[in-house]
Amino acid sequence: MRIVNEAKALIKENIRDYGMFIALFVIMITFNVLTNGMFMSSRNISNLLDSAGYIAVLAVGMTLVIVIRHIDLSVGYIAGFLGAVAAILLMQQGWSVFLVIPVILLLGMVIGLFNGLLIAQLGIPAFVATLAGMLIFRGALLQVTAGTGTIIVQNTFFNAIGNGFIPSVMEINSLHLTTLLIGLITILFFVYGEIKTRIDRIKYTFEVVSVPIFVLKLVFISFIIGYITYILAGYNGFSWTVIIVLVVTMIYHFITSKTVLGRQIYAVGSNPEAAHLSGINVKKVTYMVMGSMSMLAALSGIMYTARLQSATTTAGMLFELDAIAAAYVGGVSSAGGVGKVTGAIIGAIVMASLTNGMNLMGVGISYQYMIRGGVLAGAVIFDVITRKRGK
Amino acid sequence: MAENILEMHTITKEFPGVKALDNVTFQVEKGEIHCLVGENGAGKSTLMKVLSGVYPYGEYDGDIVLNGKVQQFNTINDSENAGIAIIYQELALFPDLPVYENIYIGNEVKNKGIINWNQTIIKSIDMLKKVNLKVKPETLIKDLGVGKQQLVEIAKALSKNVQLLILDEPTAALNEDDSENLLNLIKALKTQGITCIMITHKLKEVVTIADKATVIRDGQTICTLDAKKGEVNERTIIKNMVGRELNDIYPKRPEKKIGETVLELQDWSAYDQQLGRHVVKKADISLRKGEIIGLAGLMGSGRTELALSMFGNPKNYKIKGTLLLNNKATHFKHTSDAIKEGLAYVTEDRKGKGLFLTQNITTNITAANLNGISSNGILNMNEEVTVAERYKDSINIKSSSINQLVGKLSGGNQQKVSISKWLFVSPDILILDEPTRGIDVGAKFEIYTVMNELISRGMSIIMISSELGEVLGMSDRIYVMAEGEIKGEITSDEADQEKIMELATQ
Ligand SMILES: Nc1ncnc2c1ncn2[C@@H]1O[C@H](COP(=O)(O)OP(=O)(O)OP(=O)(O)O)[C@@H](O)[C@H]1O
Ligand SMILES: [Mg+2]
Repeated sequence: MRIVNEAKALIKENIRDYGMFIALFVIMITFNVLTNGMFMSSRNISNLLDSAGYIAVLAVGMTLVIVIRHIDLSVGYIAGFLGAVAAILLMQQGWSVFLVIPVILLLGMVIGLFNGLLIAQLGIPAFVATLAGMLIFRGALLQVTAGTGTIIVQNTFFNAIGNGFIPSVMEINSLHLTTLLIGLITILFFVYGEIKTRIDRIKYTFEVVSVPIFVLKLVFISFIIGYITYILAGYNGFSWTVIIVLVVTMIYHFITSKTVLGRQIYAVGSNPEAAHLSGINVKKVTYMVMGSMSMLAALSGIMYTARLQSATTTAGMLFELDAIAAAYVGGVSSAGGVGKVTGAIIGAIVMASLTNGMNLMGVGISYQYMIRGGVLAGAVIFDVITRKRGK
Repeated sequence: MAENILEMHTITKEFPGVKALDNVTFQVEKGEIHCLVGENGAGKSTLMKVLSGVYPYGEYDGDIVLNGKVQQFNTINDSENAGIAIIYQELALFPDLPVYENIYIGNEVKNKGIINWNQTIIKSIDMLKKVNLKVKPETLIKDLGVGKQQLVEIAKALSKNVQLLILDEPTAALNEDDSENLLNLIKALKTQGITCIMITHKLKEVVTIADKATVIRDGQTICTLDAKKGEVNERTIIKNMVGRELNDIYPKRPEKKIGETVLELQDWSAYDQQLGRHVVKKADISLRKGEIIGLAGLMGSGRTELALSMFGNPKNYKIKGTLLLNNKATHFKHTSDAIKEGLAYVTEDRKGKGLFLTQNITTNITAANLNGISSNGILNMNEEVTVAERYKDSINIKSSSINQLVGKLSGGNQQKVSISKWLFVSPDILILDEPTRGIDVGAKFEIYTVMNELISRGMSIIMISSELGEVLGMSDRIYVMAEGEIKGEITSDEADQEKIMELATQ
């Protein structure tokens, strides 16, 4: 009984964090039932995650942009434009893929720093500055693809970013071995990390949850990681897209939750004037966040081009809005200072699940838009209400 | 016995983790001025929010009886319709709108749904007369001082046909003149039959104005004191507030160990490019090791601007003059440089410029010294919690835990967080701008004690304050400012209220 009460209190206290997971869970189960198990099949889940990848990395960057009370409308066409530049460098200039990728990422960062210059240095509202960028890069995309139209990319290594899977050494019972190993290592790391944190907290005589709850949490999350790994291992294993998204998430999660820079970002978002008076360089933080945003847009462009195996004239269209939607579903607040990158990933998966599930069910595109709009509004309403009630 | 306009019976209000009000009973007679006093976080603001419908019926337990009728307010509008008007601890005016619009906002003068602006202006002139405020109704709020803004708030309340006026710490941000003005107005309103509830930490005001005073401690009513019976005096109030006798308002100064000059401003001017005028003119001040200097003056005399201009100049003033730090000419490019060189500045505007309201106590306390809890840019969160716990205990921040969001703390406890943030920086020179604004007597004493402790460890303090008592009680030397200039310097031995006021209003 005590355990149940403790669990209840824990959920109530963290309803905002758990809410999204619960929503995702419900959506997945519902679709699985409605599609007779098709939704949760290995092949479909693998597909779903791959289709969410290029939006997910944008959503991570967008979360931080919104946290510092700005917005970036230019990321869609930056992704489209830089994806096309990557295709040109690869196919028409004959550059090596190992040179193209860092150059494109660097270009993205430079563009972002320019956005930062407009916003932080010149004080232009982010909405306007990046709206201008959106128009400029849309034009730039059309310009570079004007002569050729769609540019087909024939480079197996590059295309693997969007379509390939990590190699498997061997298969056990037709399961992908490397994937299983990575899954297992992730679980071990997770369990080790949790136990270490717990021991640390006990050393500092801080409050910790009771042992049964702790074990329950470990088992539950390990099970989920294990199950996803198992599902993916049944198809082709982890795709490179999933690996990229995981790495990006881990890096950003670490930066935002464990470093001084992360603290400064949230401080600037929460109250820029107080941040300035606390000795935090608000301009520098703005530059970094905008720079990272466009670098992720470059990454998104690479992932999208690789996925289509070509650069098209309309690539990047509306990416920015999908990313913003994912960030909001993931719990970011436009009032500033609140929002997590892990939330953005869940948000991106929620939105991709909706599209994917409704496609499987054959729901018309008109209804799809309305339902996705409804979910976005619902998520924000939930967020606002729980925030009011919270501590 | 006169009838009660208001009776609140057994009011209980809980927030997650705290019982802010626990069976509170509160009765107000018609036509009286009733003060509500108690320590920071005692529950005063919460009780008034319950009364005015901010927390709707059903979110609390107990009964509100107004004029003999049980009331169930669901919104602030309901309570306004019943004749209650509340002026919050933080003013709720629109700075970019003119006075007349602010007075009638939410209560527009209309005809068939269309606002009649001419009528609005004419009526607002009447209202301004009632509160004795001589400004044009077209003046923008941001062009008025805080004292006058407060009067506009009252005019706004009066325009709604108020019977019961509630003021939450109305004089916290006012200087003595403006405060007196306001108290006189409240007395005048009383003669017109308006009942008034006033929350304040300034006990002198309670003594001069209150017919009754109710003391709240830890969410419970302790007693109601009656002026007619001679019970409303500082001693009795304090005893009931803190539950013990408090003999001194200012702690004894430790043995003075004043050393050589640590900071000096020479011929220091600051030009505000947005306002297009000088906010500080040719100021010369010096500060020695182990010394407290007071900066006195009226609102808008340039004290805050002077502090900001030497603290890394966040407002980008054009600066002329020399800043000597330990006798070396220094120039700070950014607030972070000033902090690195050992300066700290506790702002007067804790909500606007001091705190991160959407974040918890821990994050707020460490925000100005993240290096102190990290190595190579990576935070040690356990260390951080230890730091936060230390300050929560040492200056007695009242909250459910250090994870509580700062936006949900009581006003006085927010101020304590704001000060803790800068104590954790361990500066050499601490600039305190109105450090005890909105703080209860007990906590004031604690803050003064902390100040004394800091200077005995060799720190130096610049204290900007509009409370003359505090300036006189704590400073070694006092500079008086007016219109951006230093009008004079007085040592603590020769200083008194008259001398300061004379210089301040020169
Ligand atoms: N929205 C809220 N959520 C959680 N706790 C709250 C909230 N509002 C107030 N509290 C808590 O309720 C208690 C009473 O707060 P209240 O603001 O009424 O104090 P107060 O007497 O007005 O103090 P002060 O003199 O400092 O303004 C405090 O412990 C405060 O932390
Ligand atoms: Mg209060």
